[in-house]
Amino acid sequence: MANLARKRILTVMGNQGILIAFVVFMVIFALASPKFLSLDNLQSVVRSSAILGVMALGVTFVVISGNLDLSVGSMMSFSTIVVLDLHDKLGPSLAIPTMYLMTLGLGGTIGFLVGYLRLNSLIVTLGMLSAIHGLTLTYSGGKNMDIDDKAGTWFSFFGQGEILGLPVPIILFVALAAFLGVLLAKTPFGRKVYAVGGNSTAASFSGIPRARTVFTCYLISAFCVATAGLIQASRSMGSQNTVGQGLELEVLAAVILGGASLLGGSGTVLKTVIGVLILGFIQNGLLLIGWPFYIQYVITWIIIILAVWLDISVKRGKFWATI
Amino acid sequence: MTQSTPALRLEGIVKEFPGVKALDNVSLSVMAGEVHALMGENGAGKSTLMKVLGGIYQPDAGTIYVAETPVVMSNPLDAKNKGIVFIHQELSLAEELSVAENVYLGELPRKSVGRVDWKTLYEKTDEILRRLKVSFNARTRVGDLSIANQQMVEIARALTVDAKAVIFDEPTASLTDAEKLVLFEVIDDLKSQGVGIVYISHRMEEIFKITDRVSVLRDGQYQDSVLTADTSEEAITRMMIGRNLDLSRAPVSHELGEVAIEVKDLSCGASFQNVSFKVRCGEVLGFYGLVGAGRTEIAETLFGLRQPSSGTILLDGKETVISSPAIAIREGISLVPEDRKTQGLVLGMNCRDNMTLPQIDDMKAGPFVSDGAEVALFDLYRDRLDIRTPGWRQTVGNLSGGNQQKIVIGKWLSMHPKVLIVDEPTRGIDVGSKSEIHKLIRELAASGYAVIVISSEMPEVLHVADRIVAMYSGEIIKTFTSDDVTEDNLIQAISGIKPK
Repeated sequence: MANLARKRILTVMGNQGILIAFVVFMVIFALASPKFLSLDNLQSVVRSSAILGVMALGVTFVVISGNLDLSVGSMMSFSTIVVLDLHDKLGPSLAIPTMYLMTLGLGGTIGFLVGYLRLNSLIVTLGMLSAIHGLTLTYSGGKNMDIDDKAGTWFSFFGQGEILGLPVPIILFVALAAFLGVLLAKTPFGRKVYAVGGNSTAASFSGIPRARTVFTCYLISAFCVATAGLIQASRSMGSQNTVGQGLELEVLAAVILGGASLLGGSGTVLKTVIGVLILGFIQNGLLLIGWPFYIQYVITWIIIILAVWLDISVKRGKFWATI
Repeated sequence: MTQSTPALRLEGIVKEFPGVKALDNVSLSVMAGEVHALMGENGAGKSTLMKVLGGIYQPDAGTIYVAETPVVMSNPLDAKNKGIVFIHQELSLAEELSVAENVYLGELPRKSVGRVDWKTLYEKTDEILRRLKVSFNARTRVGDLSIANQQMVEIARALTVDAKAVIFDEPTASLTDAEKLVLFEVIDDLKSQGVGIVYISHRMEEIFKITDRVSVLRDGQYQDSVLTADTSEEAITRMMIGRNLDLSRAPVSHELGEVAIEVKDLSCGASFQNVSFKVRCGEVLGFYGLVGAGRTEIAETLFGLRQPSSGTILLDGKETVISSPAIAIREGISLVPEDRKTQGLVLGMNCRDNMTLPQIDDMKAGPFVSDGAEVALFDLYRDRLDIRTPGWRQTVGNLSGGNQQKIVIGKWLSMHPKVLIVDEPTRGIDVGSKSEIHKLIRELAASGYAVIVISSEMPEVLHVADRIVAMYSGEIIKTFTSDDVTEDNLIQAISGIKPK
């Protein structure tokens, strides 16, 4: 009986744990800092989380399909640098689609290697992390990119514009989340992603094209990265080559925090959004209560470890490992 | 040559599982210096008996004696230390380590401060290897050895203790003929050193070649022991079957339709060669043989998971190339695979999603999956197959084996295939579900499906199949009809003996 009760607790914590944690953090920070729950602050957290969030949406597909994508950080730097450079050469209306195509080319390469050649995604994307970084530096010659005529272009719209008082990055994040959420939860393609990630052999035995499904997930991830790069470039109108450095781990943290299993087959877009917001609110809350900025990295790590531990505890029905 | 004392003696061993008496008062003596064959059909209790001997299961009653001393084994290591050693069919070696490290794994000789005493390790190992007359030495990397030589390493491992009894479980399953001879020499050698040997195999020729005595288990009961020299294949076969086969009956004949699938001279590398057969609509064709006889590989080839090296497949009389499961599905072939947990189901998904998976692209309302259509399909097959689940949201991994298997069958029935292949349809599921699934297979045939049933259980093929293909190491030995099938014939055919 005690066993059963513990399993129940684990299940509830596993299913709703992330929401419980979210509420707990919000309450703690709200009590510690009166500014925390102000509308201004909430909006600024969401806006600053938008870039991370957009990237996490794509990585959610990759993780559910049973793979990893550690290249999104350096791929985002690539997109940002490329679109800034092309802006002055081709004008924004040509620069943006060209940048999207180039980024999708990178995603397609990874998708081909992981999907069709069945190479290990950790190796492929870890290699891509540095390969793309090299590409970016080669492209830019190592220099920072800037838009010359910052005032005379509508390019700033994606990062700084507003529609009906809502910042465009937030609108892009929400719209993309809604679209991808429906794609994952409601379409045959989404079901295939879960099947391939849950058991790729059984999926193959059911006639599901494993390789094409994985390939498409990496394309989706690249599309999201390109969008994040667009927001980043448009917001700052100039960039270093390393703007996305380290983001791959934050993105992965958000996805795992949301409850997607690294083994594949589980997770949702909504949960990832919650994971993104938790990360954002923790970083913001720590700043508001006056903790040193860099401590957020430590706290984030602790939270991720707790989330992973909880996830594995639910799966094995025990908190502790035996044998 | 045979010494008078038993190396291993079992007395009144009983092991019960809920609802099944897996071992019912089994007594057995293996003399020192004797090769003792243990035979029985699948499910006769051999593996349970081995697990009792290996300390994996504790017997409910009875005593095990090693060299006439009663012993209780709490785990496999304990069994080994008490003189009972297993040579398993599947090897369990660390390929990247040397032979010596594998032989003494976990018990490497030490010097001071925990350093490994390599000199002693290699010396002791080479000494054992000399006894086995092998061509490699203690420093060889195990991964560089052939399968047969790896088996020798397993045997060497057995010899690090003072083994009283060595148990070989289907040791020749993955060996070539030449490698078998080497193995038999080693067994002979062990025998001359006074070790009692238990030899488990389905292969009659081996039994007659190397064993001194044969004991037979049937339905968990010890039948008899006979001297190999005094018996015959027919007599052993009779002992193994012997029961009143109320299960077995000639399948009801009904109108057969057109030939749904015909296979001509199909070969696939080393898996199977020149296989030809036909299945008509309304017919159940059984494939019977030992594990590794090539049956599953044929099924996987028909389903597009493997590509044949030569031969043709005709569906409805038309030659068809099946290069992927998606094409097989489109051509009306469905496969209920051998292992439902790894091949048949996504265990973390719910019942409904598993069932609709192969046709998810056709379950659309606009661009979206139609919830209503999916639930309707699930409900239909839940009722038709009597799947017991609290609801479609239930995670498949939480269902019983029988219900899981019904989900897999439902998944493929709902595709309305012309040819339904079921590989080991009742492996690891309870008796009740078993007979339900048998009944279902008969009903499906009666309603016009062409069904191929692959099974390692003789009662099962006899019960459900109209004709039975007997396979042995990649070849069809004979196709039996209900007129000429007998259990003796079947057992002999799958042991590689061609009927006269």
